[in-house]
Amino acid sequence: MQKSLHIEPGKCTGCLQCESACSLEQEGLFNPAKSRIKVFSFHDEGRYVPYTCTQCDEAWCMTACPVDAITLNPENGSKDVNEDICVGCKVCTIACPFGTINYNSSTGKVVKCNLCGGDPQCADACPTGAITYIDADATGLDKMRAWASKTDNAGA
Amino acid sequence: MAWTKKLLRVDLTAGTCTEEALNMDWANDYLGQRGLATRYLVEEVAPTVDPLGPDNKLIMATGPLTGTNASTGGRYSVICKSPLTNAVACSNSGGFFGAEMKMAGWDMVIFEGKAASPVYLHITDGTATLQSADDMWGKSVWEADKILRTKVQDPQTRIAMVGRSAEQGCLYGAVVNDLHRAAGRSGVGTVMASKNLKAVAIRGTLGLNTIKDPKRFQETVKAGKAVLAENAVTGEGLPTYGTQVLMNVINEVGALPTRNMREVQFEGASKVSGEAMHEPRKSDGKPNLTTNGACFSCTIACGRISTIDRTHFSVKDKPEYWINSGGLEYEAAWALGPDTGVDDIDALTYANFLCNEDGMDPISFGSTVAAAMELYEKGAITDSHTGGMELRFGSAEALCWAAEKVAKGEGFGKDLGLGAQRLCEKYGHPELSMTVKGQEFPAYDPRGIQGMGLAYATSNRGACHLRAYTVSSEILGVPEKTDPLVSEGKAGLVKAFQDATAAVDSSGLCVFTTFAWTLDDIAPQIDSACEGNWSPDKMLEVGERIWNLERDFNVKAGIDGSMDSLPKRLLTEGANSGPAKDRVNELDKMLPEYYQLRGWTGSGEVTSDIRQKFNLPS
Repeated sequence: MQKSLHIEPGKCTGCLQCESACSLEQEGLFNPAKSRIKVFSFHDEGRYVPYTCTQCDEAWCMTACPVDAITLNPENGSKDVNEDICVGCKVCTIACPFGTINYNSSTGKVVKCNLCGGDPQCADACPTGAITYIDADATGLDKMRAWASKTDNAGA
Repeated sequence: MAWTKKLLRVDLTAGTCTEEALNMDWANDYLGQRGLATRYLVEEVAPTVDPLGPDNKLIMATGPLTGTNASTGGRYSVICKSPLTNAVACSNSGGFFGAEMKMAGWDMVIFEGKAASPVYLHITDGTATLQSADDMWGKSVWEADKILRTKVQDPQTRIAMVGRSAEQGCLYGAVVNDLHRAAGRSGVGTVMASKNLKAVAIRGTLGLNTIKDPKRFQETVKAGKAVLAENAVTGEGLPTYGTQVLMNVINEVGALPTRNMREVQFEGASKVSGEAMHEPRKSDGKPNLTTNGACFSCTIACGRISTIDRTHFSVKDKPEYWINSGGLEYEAAWALGPDTGVDDIDALTYANFLCNEDGMDPISFGSTVAAAMELYEKGAITDSHTGGMELRFGSAEALCWAAEKVAKGEGFGKDLGLGAQRLCEKYGHPELSMTVKGQEFPAYDPRGIQGMGLAYATSNRGACHLRAYTVSSEILGVPEKTDPLVSEGKAGLVKAFQDATAAVDSSGLCVFTTFAWTLDDIAPQIDSACEGNWSPDKMLEVGERIWNLERDFNVKAGIDGSMDSLPKRLLTEGANSGPAKDRVNELDKMLPEYYQLRGWTGSGEVTSDIRQKFNLPS
């Protein structure tokens, strides 16, 4: 079963545990500025929205890379940056429609979510279930169940 | 480790920013944040200093766990001498500002002197500069935040700021960060404004990688989070209702101070409770509460994000307030509501928005309005003072008007900005001031919760619930249930809470974790992160050291044992209803035992033995 990150913004409280967990796993320190998942706070609307790479099947970043530094991880479907090959040209950052692959000026390479090799730490750290790592073919299952439970079949 | 071991010293008079090594001997004795910054204050500021003069200093300090993923590890404190109490001031805040300071590589920032004209401090990692704030002075926090963001560009900048109330000399001005979190009490914002320092903007991208034992730290952090999630208060009550979970509870036990503490139960409590914030309103079908919001790293998320009913008189012509922002928390809801007799949740939310927007401590503000209402009822304050506004208990219009006046420092708002004690003295009725050491009471009547009487009387920053929250034991049964109507045994309870809380306040963690955590949960997180040996016993020792250090500063400032008292009303007028009916607070029975347990003299002074035991400065 392939899994994917599933985000439900309505459950997010904006605590940034996901950002700390991501930076700890990927960079070895607490540093939300270096997190690959970002939580956006929309103050006036009272909303928090976690946002990260959704690992497109036909990944525009991967297609755009002129040196083939981004490759498909067949284990979990993530598109991973090979830092040894990346030349820091940033074409992928232009190609990505979602902005979820970014340049890191301190290394001269690009960084993106790699699902932590199949055990995404953001999902593990999220205290409210706003970020989960679930069956990629059934990310809508919980929503379907919730609506199904409201279906009135008394008259059927 | 876990400290960055660096502090930034900002000389506002000279306009310089200098890096300094953190005194690690002191860090070992005082941990961080509240304790460590107080140690610096004691070293560098004379206890008799004029709080609003250039010789007072203002310290913004993080704890060692600030910026980590320990749950609630995002706190910082603001420390100085208070203009409201003349005692040591230490106000704690969450949000994201403290963690950002740590990410930029700083444990604390010490401000000294006074700028010749308004400035803001801009920190980007290791770079710090003072810039003109001429265009922000005279603007509310919410307005000035927009101006500052156009200057600093980086949208991820975190900002702490003072509002117009503090600029105008309101003695309970707060330091507001992230628009609606605040280091609220004791006028720390007033001190910041007195230095012509409008704001501090920080962007930190360096991160924190100095955890002593990273693997063990993650194990202890994970275990701590599980305890919080499984606890009924931190796992369910606080996320759902925020601290407002208390409104109906405290009313039922007859300890909800009402109409300037004349009464102990409020007939309108349920209308301004946490439960009421969930109820759909008539106009648009939406509840007051939009969602709960967390501070940095917090897995509890007690913060309230609310809206005001757009048809409410306070905002119907003001679309700028038709937004979501920080909503009512228990202490604010109580001070703005039951204490003024107002049961209109939209009026309370509006006044709360203004307290955030212009940096007033809502506890002191609401309590001062309550005192003014009683003075008005007595005829000591009249329509001629208020310009025609009828300051009656229960008047939502008067509450909203007062908030607008204090926010801007206009007209009668100047008098209300004095705080309850100075206001009541000015209008000839000092006995109506519900304060200790000049600071207004929070939301627990000590006639119905005996331990809180001693906690208020002996608090090092004047009346305060957060120095020893015996409510936890007396009402909620944490860590064990004691009878709220009995004063016996409370001296020891207060001391234990004071010492433990001082340690927690110095760690970077939030004291609300202690509804679920004991020092046995907290100490391992600190011990695995910080160099040294941080057992629960060491934490208690550090807490007791901090308490004595603060006390010693206060006594030298002239705030001595004679001021460990309560207003006569609470000592002589019995509660008028509820379980505590006819009871007064039995402070006289608790105080001598408390001094004894502290090892102080009969008049409440720190002895040389204690000084030696805790290695306090002379």
